[in-house]
Order: sequence, then structure tokens, then C-alpha cells
Amino acid sequence: MHEVSGPAEVRARLEKTGYLVDDGLAVACFLALRLHRPLFCEGDAGVGKTALASALAEAMDAPLIRLQCYEGIDASQALYDWDFPRQLLHLRAAEAAGVTDADRLEGELYDRRFLVTRPLLRALETQPSVLLVDEIDRADDEFEAFLLELLSEYTITIPELGTLRAQLPPVVVLTSNRTREVHDALKRRCLYHWFDHPGFARELAIVRRRLPRVTERLAEQVTALAQALRAEDLVKPPGVAETIDWAEALDALGASEVDAELAVATLGSVLKYREDAERARGLDLSAILAARET
Amino acid sequence: MGRRRAVDASAVVVGFARALRAAGVDASPDRVQAFLGALDVLDPGARSDVYWAGRLTLCGSQDDLERYERVFAAYFGGRPGGVPARSAPPPRTRTVLRGAGTVPRPAARAEDAVPVAVLADSTDVLRHRDFAELTADERDQLRRLRAAFTLRGEARRTARRHPARRGAVDPRRTVRELLRGGGEPARLRHRARADRPRRVVLLVDVSGSMGPYADALLRFAHAALHGPRTGGAARGTRTEVFTIGTRLTRVTRELAHRDPDTAMAALAAAVPDWRGGTRLGEMLRGFLDRWGRRGMARGAVVVVLSDGWERGDPALLAEQMRRLHRLAHRVIWANPRKARPGYAPLAGGMAAALPSVDAFVEGHSPAALERLAAVVRGADS
Repeated sequence: MHEVSGPAEVRARLEKTGYLVDDGLAVACFLALRLHRPLFCEGDAGVGKTALASALAEAMDAPLIRLQCYEGIDASQALYDWDFPRQLLHLRAAEAAGVTDADRLEGELYDRRFLVTRPLLRALETQPSVLLVDEIDRADDEFEAFLLELLSEYTITIPELGTLRAQLPPVVVLTSNRTREVHDALKRRCLYHWFDHPGFARELAIVRRRLPRVTERLAEQVTALAQALRAEDLVKPPGVAETIDWAEALDALGASEVDAELAVATLGSVLKYREDAERARGLDLSAILAARET
Repeated sequence: MGRRRAVDASAVVVGFARALRAAGVDASPDRVQAFLGALDVLDPGARSDVYWAGRLTLCGSQDDLERYERVFAAYFGGRPGGVPARSAPPPRTRTVLRGAGTVPRPAARAEDAVPVAVLADSTDVLRHRDFAELTADERDQLRRLRAAFTLRGEARRTARRHPARRGAVDPRRTVRELLRGGGEPARLRHRARADRPRRVVLLVDVSGSMGPYADALLRFAHAALHGPRTGGAARGTRTEVFTIGTRLTRVTRELAHRDPDTAMAALAAAVPDWRGGTRLGEMLRGFLDRWGRRGMARGAVVVVLSDGWERGDPALLAEQMRRLHRLAHRVIWANPRKARPGYAPLAGGMAAALPSVDAFVEGHSPAALERLAAVVRGADS
């Protein structure tokens, strides 16, 4: 898929995997593939930032390698580490066998088989691959600086083994929830895409695509309700992921259509804050559903 | 692309980037380079592709999108087809009508007025003066004084471990040492978690009733942002500054200029609503929805610098303060009116907020701000 002709082809391929993209995202993915630039994704939770990485991997028929960031993550957890216990064991065994050639021993100790590869190194060594760096904003700036270096060159140097260079750089997707501002230098390396909540038609298409079993009527109603809830002033507006969860929950209950009562009973799958649920109960859900009918 | 066409395109792009920079988008040369690279692989005839290529390469945050939108429309005329009419949602704070009543300015009272001559060079006395009645010279003096202020959040342990003289054994370094010595037992190496100051978030009220103080408090915020760097520990725990008035504005970036006057000028341009009325509850909700809940306020020391004149519903303010209190490590409220004799926090807003405030301090003079800095560092109020 690295040899894509244009945004239209990228879109078609992603749609085959069930991930629907708009113009902007099609251009973004195309540029990420063609220019080998990481794609930096921001937007509310549940709008499909992480799902994009899996869809890209599927479309390219490449493995998805995921690195979940957290505070305190460092190179030994993200890039590589040595398997010390096994090295020690090897050393003891060599001693017992009476090996005295120090140089040879050292060479053996830092052999490839004692290297523990972590996601970043795996992504550089696997070609092609899609690397998802999830929630980069949770990592600290030391890690950001380290990542920036890696993403500019796609090479890494392991002192005992030498330099590794990715022949074909992995497709990199970074996501951020903006718990803090990521450094400009890192953003400059990337293409920046802001994910919006989709409009009614596209959201309905996504729900239908992801849940073919659900009746068309139910999908339409749930989408309409989700859109209406998003227009409210909620603490946490539902993302597409929640809409899908909701439709799935209703389907599991055996519903082929939804009324206000059922919607309220299943609100827990869409709204995760007490204040939001209360607000939604105060809405005239039947009116929203009735408005769809006309 | 023919040579001639390429030259034209570059000229247009460079002009476009300049217009963007003027609008406040960080369209740096390397970004422009990326934009040109993107145009190269896209169909140059498709306007929507040009639009998206520019947006993807030249913008770096959600705030940039609205400006990009505007400049693109001005530069290339209208919006390209296929682009949704609102690609960047406006911040979810609703603007309150301006001039919907103003807060009465409390008259400066005679007993506060100290003859200026006495103060000419006595910074110590100056430190306890009220900002509201300082001359330009005194302000100048204060500016220098305030440069000595730093705001560092209370320390907390980080998750990242560093080599240390004591603490848990660091297996990685210990074994490395062992291997280096050919397996001979060597010295144990230790590692421990480092301490880092917590993030500090300042919410500065710039509404009408704060008129005499807002400028001084924002300068204080600037000083806080640029305190002497104390090695690596302070990096990454940036102080964040917002102004609250009729709108919520994030001004961290404007205050990043080292020179205070440049920073204040940038800030004046960025803040649209000096001297309006304010609805603290609504602003606070905007802050929590857009920034706070995502993590900016989580575990942070949040300082509200406001006199607590709430023109909206105190119940909303109380609710949002409770939300803030659940997220933040500590909530500190600095109120410039607190020092006035006879002040009691009875006004609707202040009374509603107080139950969720960990420390209620003064904010009317440099000494009070020094005190505030100490409270932020973790001193008891």
C-alpha cells in the first residue's frame, strides 16, 4: 500500500476494512504514506484515532505494533533491553565449561538472542509495519525528545550491536488527548490532523458498517440520539465508539427499534458521567426520535 | 511539475505561509517545506487537496485550525468544495454579552494611601502596597522585584526512576556491572524515584472588577513562568496560564516570551475581553471541559486569581469548583480584596467557591504574591 496513487485509493482501501474516512483524513493518510511522515492525531475520545491505526495496518496487510505511553516510560521499555538473567546464566555456563577467551565471551554475551525487543525496535525491524504510539501526551519530555530523534532518522544505534536502519520506515500514528502540550519540535515532524465528530450520514454509515446485524431503523435512531446528545453541553460527549457500543447493547437486548424508555435504560453504555446521564434524562428523547421519522 | 510552475507555486506558498504567521499560526520554514513536499505528490488542481495539505502540514494544534480557515479563505478565496463548513469546533464556552452591567468599582479609601515620597526607594514598604494605587515608577520597581518570584508546584514523586545513592536495587545497572566484571559479584547499584514539582495552573480573572489588579497579576504569572530554572527537574512541568473574562483564553504561549513587555503586548492582542463582566462558573466549566479533565488540572496545583464577583449563577460556580477540586491536587484562591479591612467572603460567587478551596489567600500586593508562591510550593496557608 506504500505505492498508493492518491487520496482516493487510500480511502477505498481503508473503506474495505470497514473504516470510513472523510476527505481530510484520506489526504492525511496518503501524505503519511507517501512522505513517510508520522501522523499526529488529536480529537475527543472515541472519534477513531486509535482505530485508524488498526485500519491502516489491515489495509496494508502489515502488523500493527502498539506502544502505549505512560508516565515514566523510557527507552528500555519502549526500544530494547538486555535479558540480564539469561546473560548471567550464559556466563556461568561458559565458566563451568572452562571458557577463558574473554573477547569471545563478551561477543557471545551481547548476542542478538539476549536482546529483548520492545515495540519501537520491533517496528523498525518489521517491514512493512504500522506503529501506533498511543497517548504520547502521557509520556514525559525526555521520552518525547528520544522519540523525535527516532522518528527523524528511523535509525537506532545499539552500542553492542551497531546501527539499525529501517529500509522502509514504518507508518507511524501518534495519538494525543492533550493532557499537556506536546513539544512543537515533535509536532513539526508530523502531519497534524484534528478528528471531528462525524455528521449524521457518516456516523450512520460507520455504525451500519461495524454492526451489519443491527436493523437499519435501530442504527438510524441510535445515531440520531447520539448526534442530539453531542449537541448538548455534556461533560463528556459520546464518540462514535460509544454510539457503536450503544447500538450493540440495544441489539443484545433484542431490540429492533428504540423508544425513549429503552434509550434511558441503556444510557450507561453512552454516557459515563452521572451529571450527563441526568441531563440526558431531562431531554425529550421521544421528540428527537420523532423528528427522525419525518 | 515544470520548473516554471514550481517557482510560481513556491512564491504563492511562501506568501500564504507569511499570512498565516501574521495570523498567529506557527508556519515555520520546515513546515512550509513539508507543505511543498505534500503539494508535490498531490494533484495541484484539486483545491480541497491544497487546503488539506496545508492544514495537515502547517497547523500544529486545534487553535490553529480556525486561523488557518480564515487565512485560507482570504488568500485563495472562499472555501474549497467538500470541506465541511465548520472543521474546527469553537471552544465550548459561550460568550456572554458585553456591557451587560458592570461591577461597581470600590472607591479607594484614604487610609490605604501612603505618601509616595516615603516609598521612593523602600522596596520593603512597597511590597505591601496595594497594586491598585501605584505610580508608573513604582510599577517599574515592582517589575524588577517580581522577577525574583518563582512559582513551583509542590513536589511529587515521578514514575521514572533515576540512579541514586540509595533506594531500591537497580537490577539493570547492577547486572551490567556484574557482566563487565565477568560475573564477579560487584557493587550493588540503586535507583529511586525522583521528585518533580507539580504542574501549576493559573486562572487569572481579567474582568472589569479586577481592572486595577489584572495587569499586575499577569506580570506575576509571567514571572512565575520564567522563574530561574532549577536544573532538569522543573522541565516538563510547565506552568499554564489562562485568562478568564467574557471568554476563556489560554495565554501560556503569549507569556512564553522572555521579555515581560513583549509578552504583555502579545497577551493584550490575544485576550479579547479586558474589562468585561465575568461568569466564573461558565468559564471554569469551559476550562474543565477543554483542558482540565483531560489532565491539565489532574494532580496539579490550581490557582484562581479573582475577586469572586460572579455575575452568573453561584450554584454553577459551586458545582464547577467541586469538579475542579476532585481533579486537582490543591485549589488555591487568591483574592485581592481579601486584605481590605472588613472584607468577608459573603458575595455569592466567593461564598459558593470557598467550600472547594484548600487555601484562601490574599493577592493584592507583591508580599501577598510571595506568600502565594510559598503556598503553591506547599507551605500551609
